Amino acid sequence: MDVYEVFRQEREGEPMRHAGNVLAPDRELATHYAREFYSRRQESIRLWVVPRAAIEQVDDPDLLQPPLDRSFKKPTGYVIKDKLDAARVRGGLP
Amino acid sequence: MTEQERLDAFNAHVASGGKVEPGDWMPDEYRKAVLKFVEMHANSELMGVLPEREWIMRAPSLKRKLALTAKVQDEVGHAQLLYRVAEDLGKSREAMVDDLLAGKTKFHNVFHYPTKTWADVGVIAWLVDAAAIVAQQALRESSYAPYARTMKKICWEESVHIIHGRDVLLSLLNGTATQRAMVQEALDRWWGPLMQMHGPPTDPTKDRDLAWRIKNKSNDNLRQEFLGIYVPRIRELGLTLPDPELRYDEASGRWLFTEPDWKELYAVVTGHGPMSQQRLAFRQMNYAATQWVRDAMLATPRVAA
Repeated sequence: MDVYEVFRQEREGEPMRHAGNVLAPDRELATHYAREFYSRRQESIRLWVVPRAAIEQVDDPDLLQPPLDRSFKKPTGYVIKDKLDAARVRGGLP
Repeated sequence: MTEQERLDAFNAHVASGGKVEPGDWMPDEYRKAVLKFVEMHANSELMGVLPEREWIMRAPSLKRKLALTAKVQDEVGHAQLLYRVAEDLGKSREAMVDDLLAGKTKFHNVFHYPTKTWADVGVIAWLVDAAAIVAQQALRESSYAPYARTMKKICWEESVHIIHGRDVLLSLLNGTATQRAMVQEALDRWWGPLMQMHGPPTDPTKDRDLAWRIKNKSNDNLRQEFLGIYVPRIRELGLTLPDPELRYDEASGRWLFTEPDWKELYAVVTGHGPMSQQRLAFRQMNYAATQWVRDAMLATPRVAA
Protein backbone atom coordinates (compact mmCIF):
# COMPACT_ATOMS: atom_id res chain seq x y z
CA MET A 1 0.00 0.00 0.00
CA ASP A 2 1.28 3.45 -0.92
CA VAL A 3 0.21 6.98 -0.04
CA TYR A 4 -0.83 9.20 -2.95
CA GLU A 5 -1.16 12.95 -2.50
CA VAL A 6 -4.18 14.48 -4.22
CA PHE A 7 -4.32 17.96 -5.75
CA ARG A 8 -7.51 19.47 -7.12
CA GLN A 9 -8.54 22.33 -9.36
CA GLU A 10 -11.84 23.92 -8.49
CA ARG A 11 -12.38 26.17 -11.50
CA GLU A 12 -10.71 26.70 -14.84
CA GLY A 13 -7.60 28.83 -14.50
CA GLU A 14 -7.24 28.29 -10.75
CA PRO A 15 -4.10 26.70 -9.31
CA MET A 16 -3.99 23.03 -8.38
CA ARG A 17 -4.37 22.97 -4.63
CA HIS A 18 -3.40 20.20 -2.25
CA ALA A 19 -6.58 18.42 -1.11
CA GLY A 20 -5.33 15.54 1.01
CA ASN A 21 -4.16 12.02 0.41
CA VAL A 22 -5.32 8.45 -0.09
CA LEU A 23 -3.84 5.04 0.66
CA ALA A 24 -4.05 2.57 -2.21
CA PRO A 25 -2.43 -0.63 -3.46
CA ASP A 26 -1.93 0.77 -6.97
CA ARG A 27 -2.28 3.89 -9.12
CA GLU A 28 -5.62 2.90 -10.61
CA LEU A 29 -7.35 2.46 -7.25
CA ALA A 30 -5.69 5.64 -6.04
CA THR A 31 -7.43 7.59 -8.82
CA HIS A 32 -10.78 6.01 -7.94
CA TYR A 33 -10.37 6.90 -4.26
CA ALA A 34 -9.30 10.43 -5.17
CA ARG A 35 -12.41 10.93 -7.30
CA GLU A 36 -14.61 9.50 -4.55
CA PHE A 37 -13.18 11.61 -1.72
CA TYR A 38 -12.35 14.85 -3.54
CA SER A 39 -14.98 15.26 -6.22
CA ARG A 40 -17.96 13.27 -5.05
CA ARG A 41 -19.94 16.52 -5.05
CA GLN A 42 -18.54 17.72 -8.37
CA GLU A 43 -16.31 20.16 -6.53
CA SER A 44 -13.27 19.62 -8.79
CA ILE A 45 -12.66 19.86 -12.52
CA ARG A 46 -9.22 18.24 -12.43
CA LEU A 47 -7.29 16.03 -10.05
CA TRP A 48 -3.60 15.22 -9.80
CA VAL A 49 -2.82 11.98 -8.00
CA VAL A 50 0.86 11.77 -7.12
CA PRO A 51 2.77 9.04 -5.27
CA ARG A 52 4.00 10.65 -2.06
CA ALA A 53 7.38 9.02 -2.66
CA ALA A 54 7.74 11.12 -5.83
CA ILE A 55 7.59 14.38 -3.88
CA GLU A 56 10.90 15.98 -2.98
CA GLN A 57 10.37 18.14 0.07
CA VAL A 58 12.55 21.19 0.56
CA ASP A 59 12.04 22.83 3.92
CA ASP A 60 15.54 23.76 5.04
CA PRO A 61 15.23 27.28 6.47
CA ASP A 62 18.88 28.00 5.55
CA LEU A 63 17.86 27.58 1.92
CA LEU A 64 14.38 29.05 1.97
CA GLN A 65 14.48 31.67 4.71
CA PRO A 66 18.15 32.75 4.96
CA PRO A 67 18.61 35.39 7.66
CA LEU A 68 19.97 37.95 5.22
CA ASP A 69 18.66 41.33 4.18
CA ARG A 70 16.70 40.67 0.98
CA SER A 71 14.77 43.92 1.01
CA PHE A 72 16.20 44.83 -2.41
CA LYS A 73 14.03 42.02 -3.80
CA LYS A 74 10.80 43.51 -2.50
CA PRO A 75 8.81 46.64 -3.46
CA THR A 76 8.85 47.68 0.20
CA GLY A 77 12.65 47.83 0.03
CA TYR A 78 12.40 51.10 -1.93
CA VAL A 79 11.19 54.29 -0.22
CA ILE A 80 11.03 56.86 -3.00
CA LYS A 81 8.65 59.54 -1.76
CA ASP A 82 11.26 62.14 -0.76
CA LYS A 83 13.46 61.40 -3.76
CA LEU A 84 10.50 61.67 -6.09
CA ASP A 85 9.50 65.03 -4.58
CA ALA A 86 13.06 66.35 -4.93
CA ALA A 87 13.35 65.11 -8.51
CA ARG A 88 10.04 66.73 -9.43
CA VAL A 89 11.27 70.08 -8.04
CA ARG A 90 14.47 69.81 -10.05
CA GLY A 91 12.50 68.77 -13.09
CA GLY A 92 10.86 72.16 -12.99
CA LEU A 93 7.21 71.18 -12.69
CA PRO A 94 5.12 73.65 -10.65
CA MET B 1 19.62 21.39 21.60
CA THR B 2 18.81 19.26 24.64
CA GLU B 3 15.66 17.13 24.73
CA GLN B 4 14.09 19.54 27.20
CA GLU B 5 14.85 22.59 25.03
CA ARG B 6 13.35 20.81 22.04
CA LEU B 7 10.19 20.02 24.01
CA ASP B 8 9.94 23.58 25.34
CA ALA B 9 10.32 24.97 21.82
CA PHE B 10 7.56 22.63 20.58
CA ASN B 11 5.21 23.60 23.40
CA ALA B 12 5.84 27.31 22.79
CA HIS B 13 5.26 26.81 19.04
CA VAL B 14 1.83 25.15 19.41
CA ALA B 15 0.79 27.40 22.32
CA SER B 16 1.30 30.47 20.10
CA GLY B 17 -0.86 29.02 17.32
CA GLY B 18 1.91 27.22 15.41
CA LYS B 19 1.10 24.22 13.22
CA VAL B 20 2.54 20.71 13.12
CA GLU B 21 2.95 18.74 9.88
CA PRO B 22 3.28 14.92 9.79
CA GLY B 23 7.01 14.98 9.02
CA ASP B 24 7.84 17.49 11.77
CA TRP B 25 9.40 16.44 15.04
CA MET B 26 6.75 16.10 17.77
CA PRO B 27 6.80 14.67 21.29
CA ASP B 28 5.54 11.10 21.49
CA GLU B 29 2.77 12.15 23.89
CA TYR B 30 1.52 14.74 21.39
CA ARG B 31 1.51 12.14 18.60
CA LYS B 32 -0.44 9.72 20.81
CA ALA B 33 -2.92 12.39 21.91
CA VAL B 34 -3.65 13.50 18.32
CA LEU B 35 -3.96 9.88 17.20
CA LYS B 36 -6.41 9.05 19.99
CA PHE B 37 -8.49 12.15 19.22
CA VAL B 38 -8.60 11.59 15.45
CA GLU B 39 -9.18 7.84 15.77
CA MET B 40 -12.20 8.42 18.02
CA HIS B 41 -13.50 10.96 15.52
CA ALA B 42 -13.00 8.52 12.61
CA ASN B 43 -14.74 5.73 14.56
CA SER B 44 -17.67 8.05 15.21
CA GLU B 45 -18.06 8.88 11.53
CA LEU B 46 -17.97 5.19 10.62
CA MET B 47 -20.40 4.07 13.34
CA GLY B 48 -22.52 7.20 12.94
CA VAL B 49 -23.92 6.05 9.63
CA LEU B 50 -25.55 2.95 11.14
CA PRO B 51 -28.47 4.67 12.92
CA GLU B 52 -29.32 6.61 9.75
CA ARG B 53 -28.73 3.69 7.43
CA GLU B 54 -31.66 1.92 9.10
CA TRP B 55 -33.99 4.49 7.51
CA ILE B 56 -32.71 4.46 3.92
CA MET B 57 -35.14 1.71 2.90
CA ARG B 58 -37.99 3.41 4.79
CA ALA B 59 -37.45 6.99 3.59
CA PRO B 60 -40.82 8.57 2.72
CA SER B 61 -39.90 9.66 -0.82
CA LEU B 62 -37.29 9.05 -3.48
CA LYS B 63 -35.79 12.51 -2.93
CA ARG B 64 -35.40 11.83 0.80
CA LYS B 65 -33.88 8.43 0.05
CA LEU B 66 -31.31 10.00 -2.30
CA ALA B 67 -30.43 12.70 0.26
CA LEU B 68 -30.10 10.24 3.12
CA THR B 69 -27.98 7.87 1.02
CA ALA B 70 -25.72 10.77 0.04
CA LYS B 71 -25.37 11.79 3.71
CA VAL B 72 -24.42 8.24 4.71
CA GLN B 73 -21.91 8.20 1.86
CA ASP B 74 -20.47 11.54 3.05
CA GLU B 75 -20.03 10.28 6.62
CA VAL B 76 -18.23 7.14 5.46
CA GLY B 77 -16.07 9.41 3.31
CA HIS B 78 -15.24 11.47 6.42
CA ALA B 79 -14.24 8.27 8.23
CA GLN B 80 -11.91 7.44 5.33
CA LEU B 81 -10.30 10.90 5.40
CA LEU B 82 -9.83 10.78 9.17
CA TYR B 83 -8.45 7.23 9.26
CA ARG B 84 -5.92 8.45 6.66
CA VAL B 85 -4.87 11.32 8.95
CA ALA B 86 -4.55 8.84 11.83
CA GLU B 87 -2.56 6.35 9.72
CA ASP B 88 0.13 8.96 9.11
CA LEU B 89 0.53 9.16 12.90
CA GLY B 90 1.59 5.53 13.00
CA LYS B 91 -1.39 3.18 13.46
CA SER B 92 -2.61 1.01 10.60
CA ARG B 93 -6.22 1.10 9.46
CA GLU B 94 -6.58 -2.63 10.18
CA ALA B 95 -5.45 -2.08 13.78
CA MET B 96 -7.93 0.80 14.19
CA VAL B 97 -10.84 -1.22 12.78
CA ASP B 98 -9.85 -4.24 14.91
CA ASP B 99 -9.76 -2.10 18.07
CA LEU B 100 -13.12 -0.53 17.23
CA LEU B 101 -14.76 -3.91 16.58
CA ALA B 102 -13.24 -5.35 19.77
CA GLY B 103 -14.68 -2.45 21.79
CA LYS B 104 -11.19 -1.23 22.75
CA THR B 105 -11.66 2.24 21.26
CA LYS B 106 -14.70 4.50 21.54
CA PHE B 107 -17.17 6.28 19.31
CA HIS B 108 -19.52 9.18 20.12
CA ASN B 109 -22.37 8.60 22.56
CA VAL B 110 -25.13 9.71 20.17
CA PHE B 111 -24.52 6.75 17.86
CA HIS B 112 -25.34 4.20 20.57
CA TYR B 113 -29.08 5.03 20.52
CA PRO B 114 -31.92 3.63 18.41
CA THR B 115 -33.62 5.55 15.59
CA LYS B 116 -37.27 4.80 16.30
CA THR B 117 -39.09 7.07 13.85
CA TRP B 118 -38.47 9.13 10.71
CA ALA B 119 -38.32 12.22 12.95
CA ASP B 120 -35.14 10.76 14.49
CA VAL B 121 -33.50 11.07 11.07
CA GLY B 122 -34.36 14.79 11.08
CA VAL B 123 -33.18 15.32 14.66
CA ILE B 124 -29.88 13.53 13.97
CA ALA B 125 -29.18 15.40 10.73
CA TRP B 126 -30.16 18.79 12.15
CA LEU B 127 -29.14 18.75 15.81
CA VAL B 128 -26.56 15.98 16.21
CA ASP B 129 -24.75 17.31 13.14
CA ALA B 130 -25.14 20.87 14.44
CA ALA B 131 -23.61 19.95 17.80
CA ALA B 132 -20.84 18.15 15.93
CA ILE B 133 -20.18 21.05 13.57
CA VAL B 134 -19.77 23.48 16.49
CA ALA B 135 -16.91 21.26 17.67
CA GLN B 136 -15.60 20.67 14.16
CA GLN B 137 -15.48 24.36 13.27
CA ALA B 138 -13.22 24.91 16.28
CA LEU B 139 -11.06 21.99 15.08
CA ARG B 140 -10.30 23.85 11.83
CA GLU B 141 -7.78 25.72 14.00
CA SER B 142 -6.21 22.55 15.44
CA SER B 143 -2.43 22.62 15.85
CA TYR B 144 -2.18 19.36 13.89
CA ALA B 145 -2.35 20.78 10.37
CA PRO B 146 -3.58 17.72 8.39
CA TYR B 147 -6.48 17.37 10.84
CA ALA B 148 -7.33 21.08 10.60
CA ARG B 149 -7.33 20.92 6.78
CA THR B 150 -9.54 17.83 6.79
CA MET B 151 -11.99 19.57 9.12
CA LYS B 152 -12.39 22.43 6.63
CA LYS B 153 -13.57 19.96 4.01
CA ILE B 154 -15.79 18.07 6.46
CA CYS B 155 -17.47 21.25 7.74
CA TRP B 156 -18.30 22.24 4.18
CA GLU B 157 -20.05 18.90 3.64
CA GLU B 158 -21.79 18.88 7.04
CA SER B 159 -23.52 22.18 6.34
CA VAL B 160 -25.64 20.36 3.73
CA HIS B 161 -26.60 17.68 6.27
CA ILE B 162 -27.87 20.30 8.71
CA ILE B 163 -30.13 22.01 6.19
CA HIS B 164 -31.37 18.60 5.02
CA GLY B 165 -32.26 17.62 8.60
CA ARG B 166 -33.96 20.94 9.27
CA ASP B 167 -35.95 20.52 6.06
CA VAL B 168 -37.10 17.03 7.15
CA LEU B 169 -38.31 18.39 10.49
CA LEU B 170 -39.99 21.45 8.97
CA SER B 171 -41.97 19.21 6.61
CA LEU B 172 -43.20 17.18 9.58
CA LEU B 173 -43.97 20.30 11.62
CA ASN B 174 -46.11 21.67 8.78
CA GLY B 175 -48.00 18.37 8.67
CA THR B 176 -50.58 16.70 10.87
CA ALA B 177 -50.80 16.78 14.66
CA THR B 178 -49.42 13.22 14.68
CA GLN B 179 -46.40 14.33 12.66
CA ARG B 180 -45.77 17.29 15.00
CA ALA B 181 -46.04 14.96 18.01
CA MET B 182 -43.54 12.63 16.37
CA VAL B 183 -40.95 15.47 16.19
CA GLN B 184 -41.54 16.45 19.82
CA GLU B 185 -41.23 12.83 20.96
CA ALA B 186 -37.94 12.41 19.06
CA LEU B 187 -36.58 15.66 20.47
CA ASP B 188 -37.49 14.59 24.02
CA ARG B 189 -35.51 11.36 23.59
CA TRP B 190 -32.48 12.99 21.93
CA TRP B 191 -32.08 16.00 24.23
CA GLY B 192 -30.26 14.10 26.99
CA PRO B 193 -27.65 12.55 24.66
CA LEU B 194 -27.27 15.93 22.87
CA MET B 195 -26.48 17.69 26.15
CA GLN B 196 -23.92 15.00 26.99
CA MET B 197 -22.34 14.96 23.54
CA HIS B 198 -19.56 17.53 24.11
CA GLY B 199 -18.48 15.76 27.28
CA PRO B 200 -18.22 16.90 30.90
CA PRO B 201 -16.44 20.15 31.75
CA THR B 202 -12.70 19.60 32.15
CA ASP B 203 -10.14 21.47 34.20
CA PRO B 204 -8.51 23.67 31.52
CA THR B 205 -5.17 23.56 33.34
CA LYS B 206 -5.12 19.75 33.12
CA ASP B 207 -6.66 19.25 29.66
CA ARG B 208 -3.63 18.41 27.53
CA ASP B 209 -5.61 18.45 24.27
CA LEU B 210 -6.37 22.12 25.00
CA ALA B 211 -2.83 23.00 26.07
CA TRP B 212 -1.46 21.58 22.82
CA ARG B 213 -4.31 23.18 20.87
CA ILE B 214 -5.27 19.82 19.38
CA LYS B 215 -8.70 21.28 20.17
CA ASN B 216 -9.22 24.97 20.85
CA LYS B 217 -12.46 25.20 22.79
CA SER B 218 -13.42 23.53 26.06
CA ASN B 219 -16.29 21.03 26.19
CA ASP B 220 -18.36 23.45 28.21
CA ASN B 221 -17.88 26.34 25.79
CA LEU B 222 -18.86 24.14 22.84
CA ARG B 223 -22.10 23.22 24.62
CA GLN B 224 -22.78 26.89 25.35
CA GLU B 225 -22.22 27.79 21.71
CA PHE B 226 -24.57 25.01 20.55
CA LEU B 227 -27.31 26.14 22.97
CA GLY B 228 -26.91 29.78 21.96
CA ILE B 229 -27.55 29.06 18.29
CA TYR B 230 -30.03 26.19 18.44
CA VAL B 231 -32.32 26.68 21.45
CA PRO B 232 -33.96 29.74 19.83
CA ARG B 233 -34.25 27.91 16.50
CA ILE B 234 -35.94 24.95 18.21
CA ARG B 235 -38.29 27.05 20.34
CA GLU B 236 -39.46 29.28 17.48
CA LEU B 237 -41.05 26.18 15.95
CA GLY B 238 -43.27 25.67 19.00
CA LEU B 239 -41.20 22.73 20.21
CA THR B 240 -40.35 22.39 23.89
CA LEU B 241 -37.12 21.16 25.42
CA PRO B 242 -37.41 18.62 28.24
CA ASP B 243 -35.36 20.56 30.79
CA PRO B 244 -37.24 22.92 33.13
CA GLU B 245 -33.92 24.52 34.21
CA LEU B 246 -32.84 25.47 30.69
CA ARG B 247 -32.61 29.27 30.31
CA TYR B 248 -30.19 31.99 29.30
CA ASP B 249 -28.74 33.90 32.23
CA GLU B 250 -28.16 37.52 31.21
CA ALA B 251 -25.96 38.24 34.23
CA SER B 252 -23.37 35.54 33.50
CA GLY B 253 -23.98 35.48 29.75
CA ARG B 254 -24.30 31.70 29.93
CA TRP B 255 -26.96 29.07 29.51
CA LEU B 256 -28.12 27.33 32.67
CA PHE B 257 -29.40 23.76 32.53
CA THR B 258 -29.86 20.61 34.54
CA GLU B 259 -26.50 18.86 34.89
CA PRO B 260 -26.29 16.31 32.05
CA ASP B 261 -26.22 12.67 33.12
CA TRP B 262 -22.46 11.97 33.00
CA LYS B 263 -22.94 8.43 34.33
CA GLU B 264 -25.13 7.64 31.34
CA LEU B 265 -22.51 9.16 29.01
CA TYR B 266 -19.76 7.02 30.53
CA ALA B 267 -21.84 3.84 30.43
CA VAL B 268 -22.89 4.46 26.82
CA VAL B 269 -19.43 5.19 25.39
CA THR B 270 -17.95 2.16 27.14
CA GLY B 271 -20.32 -0.08 25.21
CA HIS B 272 -23.36 -0.21 27.48
CA GLY B 273 -25.72 1.98 25.45
CA PRO B 274 -29.09 0.70 24.23
CA MET B 275 -27.70 -0.17 20.77
CA SER B 276 -23.92 -0.40 21.40
CA GLN B 277 -23.60 -4.14 20.98
CA GLN B 278 -26.04 -4.45 18.05
CA ARG B 279 -24.22 -1.71 16.14
CA LEU B 280 -20.81 -3.27 16.78
CA ALA B 281 -22.19 -6.70 15.82
CA PHE B 282 -23.52 -5.27 12.55
CA ARG B 283 -20.17 -3.65 11.81
CA GLN B 284 -18.35 -6.93 12.58
CA MET B 285 -20.69 -8.87 10.29
CA ASN B 286 -20.29 -6.28 7.55
CA TYR B 287 -16.49 -6.24 7.89
CA ALA B 288 -16.34 -10.04 7.64
CA ALA B 289 -18.76 -10.10 4.69
CA THR B 290 -16.60 -7.64 2.72
CA GLN B 291 -13.26 -9.30 3.50
CA TRP B 292 -13.20 -10.87 0.01
CA VAL B 293 -13.24 -7.39 -1.56
CA ARG B 294 -10.17 -6.29 0.39
CA ASP B 295 -8.47 -9.60 -0.38
CA ALA B 296 -9.18 -9.22 -4.08
CA MET B 297 -7.91 -5.63 -4.14
CA LEU B 298 -4.69 -6.47 -2.35
CA ALA B 299 -3.98 -9.77 -4.10
CA THR B 300 -0.79 -9.94 -6.14
CA PRO B 301 -1.59 -10.86 -9.73
CA ARG B 302 -0.83 -14.50 -10.37
CA VAL B 303 0.03 -15.95 -13.74
CA ALA B 304 -1.84 -19.16 -14.54
CA ALA B 305 0.50 -22.13 -14.60
